[in-house]
Amino acid sequence: MKAVITVIGKDKVGIIALASAECAKYGANIIDISQTVMKEYFAMIMLVELTGVKVDFASFAGAMEQAGRDNGVDIRVMHEDIFNSMHRI
Amino acid sequence: MLNTQDILETVRMIREENLDIRTVTMGISLFDCISDDPSRLEQKIYDKITASAKNLVSVCSELERTYGIPIVNKRISVTPISYVGAGLSSDGFVRLAKVLERAATDLGVNFIGGYSAHVQKGAIKGAAALIESIPQAMLETEHVCSSVNVATTKAGINMDAVKRMGEIIKDTAYLTRDRDSIGCAKIVVFANMPEDNPFMAGAVHGIGEPDTVINVGVSGPGVVAAAIKEVGQCDFSILAETIKKIAFKITRVGQLIAAEAAKRLGVPYGIVDLSLAPTPAAGDSVAEILENMGLECTGTHGTTAALALLNDAVKKGGVMATNHVGGLSGAFIPVSEDRGMISAAEKETLSIEKLEAMTAVCSVGLDMFAVPGDTPASTLSGIIADEISIGVVNNKTTAVRVIPVYGKGVGEYCEFGGLLGYAPIMRLHGESCADFINRGGRIPAPIHSLKN
Repeated sequence: MKAVITVIGKDKVGIIALASAECAKYGANIIDISQTVMKEYFAMIMLVELTGVKVDFASFAGAMEQAGRDNGVDIRVMHEDIFNSMHRI
Repeated sequence: MLNTQDILETVRMIREENLDIRTVTMGISLFDCISDDPSRLEQKIYDKITASAKNLVSVCSELERTYGIPIVNKRISVTPISYVGAGLSSDGFVRLAKVLERAATDLGVNFIGGYSAHVQKGAIKGAAALIESIPQAMLETEHVCSSVNVATTKAGINMDAVKRMGEIIKDTAYLTRDRDSIGCAKIVVFANMPEDNPFMAGAVHGIGEPDTVINVGVSGPGVVAAAIKEVGQCDFSILAETIKKIAFKITRVGQLIAAEAAKRLGVPYGIVDLSLAPTPAAGDSVAEILENMGLECTGTHGTTAALALLNDAVKKGGVMATNHVGGLSGAFIPVSEDRGMISAAEKETLSIEKLEAMTAVCSVGLDMFAVPGDTPASTLSGIIADEISIGVVNNKTTAVRVIPVYGKGVGEYCEFGGLLGYAPIMRLHGESCADFINRGGRIPAPIHSLKN
């Protein structure tokens, strides 16, 4: 199963390092990564493969989101199908 | 990989524009619970509901977590109770309402619908007894919703039932007077009631449905309002196109959740209801959409046209996004549940007459509006008869959910809290329609040719 992780917040040093370190900790394999800066906001999007993740989806998503809160950015982990459903016919 | 802008658009819709799934509703047939022993009937109903829906709330929580989209309500609809308990007295029906309440509370769902009867041509004994029990049932329960179908396009309008429902609503207002007559917020009077509607107060599990089924109602007025604001000054073709595109995306989320919920619960997937359902929260208003189209205030001239365009575009966009469409499908315009509608009613730009006109081109009908507590029952019946006529003649569903707030008048408010919101009490005509309502009998079904 693949998930999309979005990281949105004020641009600052170390955001990619933070998200990728959390992914590595849980065994989530980053397949693709992109980033964009909108005004002073930073938005990073990662597509990750969760097959190797040892904990359940809710625990992984909860840990990522908590890491975001601890560092002042908004991290969301969502199953890729919600994006596929909305944006692909 | 998915387009970055698309991903950010979805996240923005959920974070900032209140995109959510309004309800995942499980329909449950209770026909196999029928028994001539009332206590056995009660036990079987409780057991069937709690067994069928035991995982409903937990599966919805899992889906919220996995897809990152809030599912605001988890609900249950059941076979109209008047059929299941057809031999019961009114007291027996109140006991069944309490059984439904206990099942809903034990499961942790937000509402249970189906305390209902179909009486468009006349009432079977069970339907008549259920209708008489509604005020007491609404007093003694919190989560149970009641609906009565008083008319269809094929049968015409049962005016005896319309008359009685005006009185029943008035009695319910009195019995629940300590909470601004909240009982009336759980009663809806229908024409052409759908059998697969996931929305309350009118959800029932129709007799032609599978044993259990999952129906989903989507939401998203904030998303549509934001898209219209963003597209700015454009002509009506582009306006309609913008709404269609957004409605498609919203509905695809509903389709995904409906299919996934059905799979995880091991229950057939029924329909997605293509609806724009507002809440009293800021930025979640259907009236705001109309105002973003260029109306200074909802209710002013141009409102009906704006709503007609919106409703049609939502359906056109949504219909391609889901396998099966059903329920009410369209924009909802409840007064108390929509901040823009509340504000328009406060200014009296939105009058009861304009509200009625709006219901001719959109989903459902006169919904969640408050009127003075001293309104005669016959006037409530007159309001119902007018609205039901629109549905019957135009071959569509219409309904009335009116709250005659006991002890309050124009200029005052009723407050329900939560999704039910709050509403200013609207002005009605003082002139009587009692002699009309008291005639009794049925208004014949309308002719289906010679359309004009």
